[in-house]
Amino acid sequence: MLGLTKEKENPINFLKVSLFKARVFVHLRPSVLDPAGEATRSATKRLGIDGVTQLRIGKSIELEIEAASKEDARLKIELMSDRLLANPVIEDWTLEFKDEQKALTT
Amino acid sequence: MNIGIIVFPGSNCDRDVRWATEGCLGIPTSFLWHETTDLDGFDAIVIPGGFSYGDYLRCGAIARFAPVLNSLISFVDKGGKVLGICNGFQILTELGLLQGALTRNKNLHFICDRANLSIASTKSSWMKNYKKHDFISLPIAHGEGRYQCSHDVLKKLQDDDSVALRYADNPNGSIHDIAGITNKKGNVLGMMPHPERACDEALGHIDGKSILSTLLS
Repeated sequence: MLGLTKEKENPINFLKVSLFKARVFVHLRPSVLDPAGEATRSATKRLGIDGVTQLRIGKSIELEIEAASKEDARLKIELMSDRLLANPVIEDWTLEFKDEQKALTT
Repeated sequence: MNIGIIVFPGSNCDRDVRWATEGCLGIPTSFLWHETTDLDGFDAIVIPGGFSYGDYLRCGAIARFAPVLNSLISFVDKGGKVLGICNGFQILTELGLLQGALTRNKNLHFICDRANLSIASTKSSWMKNYKKHDFISLPIAHGEGRYQCSHDVLKKLQDDDSVALRYADNPNGSIHDIAGITNKKGNVLGMMPHPERACDEALGHIDGKSILSTLLS
């Protein structure tokens, strides 16, 4: 009875969504100079490690997102990565899903 | 005739710009909080320097989603003049009103200095008080001012005569010594140097005055 009343008031409460965990890696495009990476590379020599020929620094963004399906989550994260997390003029990104978490019904 | 200065959380050159435009040039100037959407009655808009939203994620990346910037796009479409200085330049590139991006200075230093600049184009009204290849001197203060763009974009900027200012002695590694660019139409100018810091004779240099005076032409 209570459930029925609730459904009338707000049927969306009964839509099933799942929580997805994902990680977006943002990295400078190969053509873009990474002075911070170069400075860090030079510190590897001071640490006594030879042979580091390249070191480039990117960002890792971990996020959790509620979505109806993995595909839905992917579309949202792709949009977010293209328009916010990375600047396509200088950066590329890759997306990786982590294990799906428990399904949520809110 | 009115100038609006957009203020974000973290802007810190907003009052310097107002001192330059209103105090030194006598142009009525108001502050516009980033949540406003009403740009009616303004003849030109300045996006000042600073660290909008703490420069989190990337310089200008979060500011570009501010409500006021949606209105700014229509303002620019209608031909309104927009000047982005330093962080303002970074925001304009993130917003897509100007091409390219500003990245970490090549030497990793935050550079606070005076830069000699050459006028690279007089196509737009911003530089109308100068002749091509004239030299001016303006303060710079940035950690991420290295202008970067693809070869195609660079060619387009050159073909459109949109490179407005070049460093005489490139301090940050910008591609082709670029210090400032305009959009194709010429009504949007983004520049890393700070013209507002060179308007008051008390500071010893007034080369910024003539650029800011063109906000109203």
